[in-house]
Amino acid sequence: MADDDRVFKALADPTRRFLLDRLFMRDGRTLTELESAVDMTRFGVMKHLRLLEDAGLVVTRRSGREKLHFLNPVPIRVIHDRWIHKYRERHASALAELKNELEEQAWQPRRKRR
Amino acid sequence: MATATETKVTTQVYRVYIRATPQAIWDAITKPEWTERYGYGARAEYDLRPGGAHRGLASEAMRCQGAPEVAVDGEVIEADPPRKLVVTWRMAMDPQLAAEGFTRLTYEIEEGKGGVTKLTVIHDLEGAPKLAALVGGEMEPMGAGGGWSWVLSDLKTLLETGHRLEG
Repeated sequence: MADDDRVFKALADPTRRFLLDRLFMRDGRTLTELESAVDMTRFGVMKHLRLLEDAGLVVTRRSGREKLHFLNPVPIRVIHDRWIHKYRERHASALAELKNELEEQAWQPRRKRR
Repeated sequence: MATATETKVTTQVYRVYIRATPQAIWDAITKPEWTERYGYGARAEYDLRPGGAHRGLASEAMRCQGAPEVAVDGEVIEADPPRKLVVTWRMAMDPQLAAEGFTRLTYEIEEGKGGVTKLTVIHDLEGAPKLAALVGGEMEPMGAGGGWSWVLSDLKTLLETGHRLEG
């Protein structure tokens, strides 16, 4: 599977998005902390975290006896930079054109419609 | 649910997989002719031995916005080319950021399968909340660049395609 596919697949699940949001709010959490926020077995949460880790969206680091989970925004950024950015540019220029057109129209005398 | 484990973590961790050799990634981090080609474009100067100095010189674009000559400074703690680089790191560009003092930055480079190398950046930002916001990309709407995720995305593109993201 390509990197991007893994990211999209990982994001295509509400529990995994919820876990990412938890880490966005506060980074570097243990499995126990993450588990307490989800109505799911420890095993279920571990499975989701594994998928997020495989997609590179979560990175784990050892800190003493604990394993901490960190949100890694880089894969989303890579997708943003390569895909979303170019479409947004196009939207932006389309909006700018629309604005110009509307402003030009505003200069025309208004006719009453009947 | 407050527990003993709910301590505030001030470390940021970033990881990117790049289709390049560990040496190419090491060079891209430590050599000026590479560092000026991606991210903030500062020219890096490294004395790659423990206790050696490192600096990031502001690019022309940064200087046009009023940046001083030295944008980043610090000291090398560990240099194990092309695997690991640990430095102290301070943003010297802005008085408020400079006042937060030195943070600790670690680059880990690990060769993987199929010519893909794993680069992990660990930035320990204890006592540096403003810098944490900057490198976390929170100040991008103000024109301060997208922080580490933007820099690493740009680096990946440069090493894999030979070009920058812009354009």
